[in-house]
Amino acid sequence: MSILKNAIISALGADAVFDGNNYPASMDFCVVPRGKFVDAAKAMKKIHALLVAEWASDESQLGRGFGVFACYRWGAEYLIVKIELPYDDPIFASITNKFMPAYRFERQMKSLMGVVPVGHPDLRPWIKFEDWPEDAWPLRKSFDASKPMPRVKGEYKFVRAEGEGVYEIPVGPVHAGIIEPGHFRFQAVGEDILNLEERLGYVHKGIEKRFEALSWQEGSRLAGRVSGDTTVAHSLAYCMALESMTGCRVPERAQWLRALFLERERIANHLGDLGAICNDAAFAFMLYQMSRLKEIMLRTNHKLFGHRFMMDRIIPGGVSVDIGPDGRELILSELKKLLKEFNRLVVIYDENSSLEDRVRETGILIPDKARELCAVGIVARASGLNLDCRMQNPFPPYDRIGVNVPVLISGDVHARAWVRVEEVRESIRIIREIINALPSGPISAEAGIPSPDSSGFSAVEGWRGEIVYWLQAGPNSEINRGMVRDPSSVNWLGLEQAVLGNIVPDFPLCNKSFNQSYSGHDL
Amino acid sequence: MKILNQILRTGIVTEALPPEVEEEIKSVGAKLEEAIRRRFSRSLTIRQVDAGSCNGCELEIHAINNPIYNCERFGIHFTASPRFADMLLVTGPVTRNMEIALRRTYDSTPTPKLVVAVGDCGCNGGIFGETYASLGGIDKVIPVDVYISGCPPTPIALLHGILKTVEEK
Repeated sequence: MSILKNAIISALGADAVFDGNNYPASMDFCVVPRGKFVDAAKAMKKIHALLVAEWASDESQLGRGFGVFACYRWGAEYLIVKIELPYDDPIFASITNKFMPAYRFERQMKSLMGVVPVGHPDLRPWIKFEDWPEDAWPLRKSFDASKPMPRVKGEYKFVRAEGEGVYEIPVGPVHAGIIEPGHFRFQAVGEDILNLEERLGYVHKGIEKRFEALSWQEGSRLAGRVSGDTTVAHSLAYCMALESMTGCRVPERAQWLRALFLERERIANHLGDLGAICNDAAFAFMLYQMSRLKEIMLRTNHKLFGHRFMMDRIIPGGVSVDIGPDGRELILSELKKLLKEFNRLVVIYDENSSLEDRVRETGILIPDKARELCAVGIVARASGLNLDCRMQNPFPPYDRIGVNVPVLISGDVHARAWVRVEEVRESIRIIREIINALPSGPISAEAGIPSPDSSGFSAVEGWRGEIVYWLQAGPNSEINRGMVRDPSSVNWLGLEQAVLGNIVPDFPLCNKSFNQSYSGHDL
Repeated sequence: MKILNQILRTGIVTEALPPEVEEEIKSVGAKLEEAIRRRFSRSLTIRQVDAGSCNGCELEIHAINNPIYNCERFGIHFTASPRFADMLLVTGPVTRNMEIALRRTYDSTPTPKLVVAVGDCGCNGGIFGETYASLGGIDKVIPVDVYISGCPPTPIALLHGILKTVEEK
């Protein structure tokens, strides 16, 4: 039954120990010897599993050294492989050669936790800038996060390309538009992009470390601010990880309301993105039309739930706001109007040949590459990967309502836009079903506190894609580690690949079609 | 031709302002327009700087550009370069990794260099506090004229805050 578990057992036999205080109990969790980390990765690669995340935890307060974790996914199954490193010898074998996304995960682990992936092809720091002290590892327990860090001299070496006619374009961190900061370095010949190197980390706020200073309740507020545009999905993922650890049974009505919020967040962001993508192809008309529709949704949110983005409306144990009969009527009439106008706009998008010229066959991420990069969410679905947590790991009401997941294979800007179009329509259908069959009952339950040295995992399909949280309780049931993996942590790699061979002026368009989060990545 | 017709038809819908906020937008907007006319010869140019925000405030700053709030009709527009800016609209908290970029942006801005700190995090660091990675509010790094609180502040609160800055400073 359990494909991942079987693969690990057949590769490692008794070396893999399946136990631990890890939740949800339905998910497999195993500890393997340090030297078998790569073997486990090989076994996972062999059955075509995807790498979801890789991270480290300082377990010194739990009487151990460092834990290094790799989470794999195959269909609906998730499995975590853990190795333990002694505190005075924090090295392990890199799995970057097996799984591409480990490239950034491992750089980040080395930079922020000081655990060294041996055999990694590129150990330049990531998120940790060149002016940080070399031995500043904020995620270690010995690090005092309340003190400012001194600046030291250092240099970040960008990848260079040389040759006749090759030139470099540095962009950012402060960009021309109203967007988050990040640095992009292009090497180009004429207008063609030879190479793009991203340099992120500018909005590193120390979120993962911050979790360790907060209570479990406050944690959901912080999670709601990891990426402000995805506040619902992030706080939901946090709450679900916590609830799995405490065994909290979230009332059915609360679960349905959570899905309602999640789908409303999805529609609002997709509308904004569709407008912005067209705007970057110089079709400003669509931006104004779509942002008007988005504004209608935000106003309804404000009226019904007291916040335009529904921040802090999902809390541990349930939700903090209910909906009455008037609210249900309002949503149904809003959606009716919205869908009619939306469909009209989509026809315009579809029939506009100059727009088509820009969005088709631009910024292609081929399906093989998307799989290799373990892409998630919209980006994955536009490149042939049929992945959606709502379909594969449904919580009520998705198990009852079902989700039709659009999958395209062209992997271009158009495909990423069109996946959004289909998802807006599907989300409208889901919301209607939720409104029509919303169960009665309470909207929250006591969340409880996890037991010491336990951990909880969750995966939620936000509008960008799969969001993963892994929380670990310390010896006094406090937060020992809060690991966040935004979809952007893997999908940013896809952008670097998708722009190759495109012309520099198409970069904004490609970038907008990905629309990855800087804050969710930098943490 | 068919597309043009459709653009024309839907285009008309855009211009309608929702009645319940029209009054509010108009009253804030009229005052703002008057102040901008007086002080900045009809146009206020803003450079937005994300110094570490979660992107929540940016969504609302985008919203004041949408056809419903349409800040351009009051003479407010956003520029790509700080060198053309009358005002910096800065969201926070200021991260350690953005501190230098923020200082440079401030130095590149011509006087009067109005600075508006946006959002709870821009005002005081918010939930991120002051840590190794987050320096706290904008005023820890550059002088701030006006603070707009909220998580994130609504578009109306943003327009109010911009008005206050132009009127008072």
